[in-house]
Amino acid sequence: MSVVIETPRSPRSRKGANWEKYGWMYMRISGAILVALIFGHLFANLMVGEGIHAIDFAFVGGKWANPFWQVWDGLMLWLALIHGTNGMRTIVNDYVERQNVRKALVWALWVICGALIVLGTLVIFTFDPCPAGSDPSLLPSFCTK
Amino acid sequence: MATATAATEIGVVPSFTVTLFVRRFDPESGEEARWQDFDVQVHGTDRVLDALHKIKWEVDGSLTFRRSCAHGVCGSDAMRINGRNRLACKTLIKDLDITQPIYVEPIKGLTVEKDLVVDMNPFYQAYRDIKPFLIASDNPDKERLQSPEDRERFDDTTKCILCAACTTSCPVFWTDGQYFGPAAIVNAHRFIFDSRDEAADVRIDILNDKEGVWRCRTTFNCTEACPRGIQVTKAIAEVKQAILRGKP
Repeated sequence: MSVVIETPRSPRSRKGANWEKYGWMYMRISGAILVALIFGHLFANLMVGEGIHAIDFAFVGGKWANPFWQVWDGLMLWLALIHGTNGMRTIVNDYVERQNVRKALVWALWVICGALIVLGTLVIFTFDPCPAGSDPSLLPSFCTK
Repeated sequence: MATATAATEIGVVPSFTVTLFVRRFDPESGEEARWQDFDVQVHGTDRVLDALHKIKWEVDGSLTFRRSCAHGVCGSDAMRINGRNRLACKTLIKDLDITQPIYVEPIKGLTVEKDLVVDMNPFYQAYRDIKPFLIASDNPDKERLQSPEDRERFDDTTKCILCAACTTSCPVFWTDGQYFGPAAIVNAHRFIFDSRDEAADVRIDILNDKEGVWRCRTTFNCTEACPRGIQVTKAIAEVKQAILRGKP
């Protein structure tokens, strides 16, 4: 009934990047920044001026016409998606025992994360509420003014 | 025994019957592990270990468990009692809820060899890997002096008795047997923060591993499980800080 350790533990011999350490640091640093970003986001959207009643297509369009909010939302998107994906990776590493399944899941996580980051960044920085040549009936009212 | 009824004579230890459900496993029978219940007459001063002795000596001699000193020093009899890792020799039965059966099972995450005995080798291997001994380059003809403050720095982690209660309470260890586990990190802490030791960087490098301190999720199970009251999670956090600084 002796136990066999499948892959013997060996001290880390490879010098250089240690992703676990940087992953751990990233979670703490991005977490602190995200607290400020998210509460700032909630404050600006829900409490300033008319508050929640001001939120409509034009409100969002207006924000994304401002480089300050583009950078703010872009940072929030990147930090939060990588933070969340790294957290999911941790859970997968902790609980998925089969090596191939684990690898596939971690890959899938980063592919999805990457796709969402690319799409989200594109939306934030290329957002045009009144694209030229569109059907006027599909555009918000302020575009025709 | 101050709470005993008025009819009880002063100085007389009350006795009562408790039901113990013990997790039994016999590798030679080829059967799955199962629960077996025993009704045991115990005294108010008895510990879970005394009840197990009573079963082994008077009821069923095949019941297998480890114990050596039986007084909370050797760390042999860590087991899962009512779902918590404790030393059977330090757990008074009267402190448990004796209106309910007491569940005794082997510590989790290590292979069960028989009944309450588990294979401790992976646990000891992790301990060996962090080099749990003083490493000093010179060979002094005087003793190595240390100030009380420097001694105090790692006092908490000197208390470890290697009972494995912390490591086998860790959910990361349950699912990932490669994780060094709290006990190994506690013992690394004991030398990393020892002013006489010169190999802190070696241990820091060993624990700065995929299966090292970064696996810790600070669930505090280890701190709660430690029968010596070591602040295990705090010690792990201090080793993390030492790795980030690159020195103790």
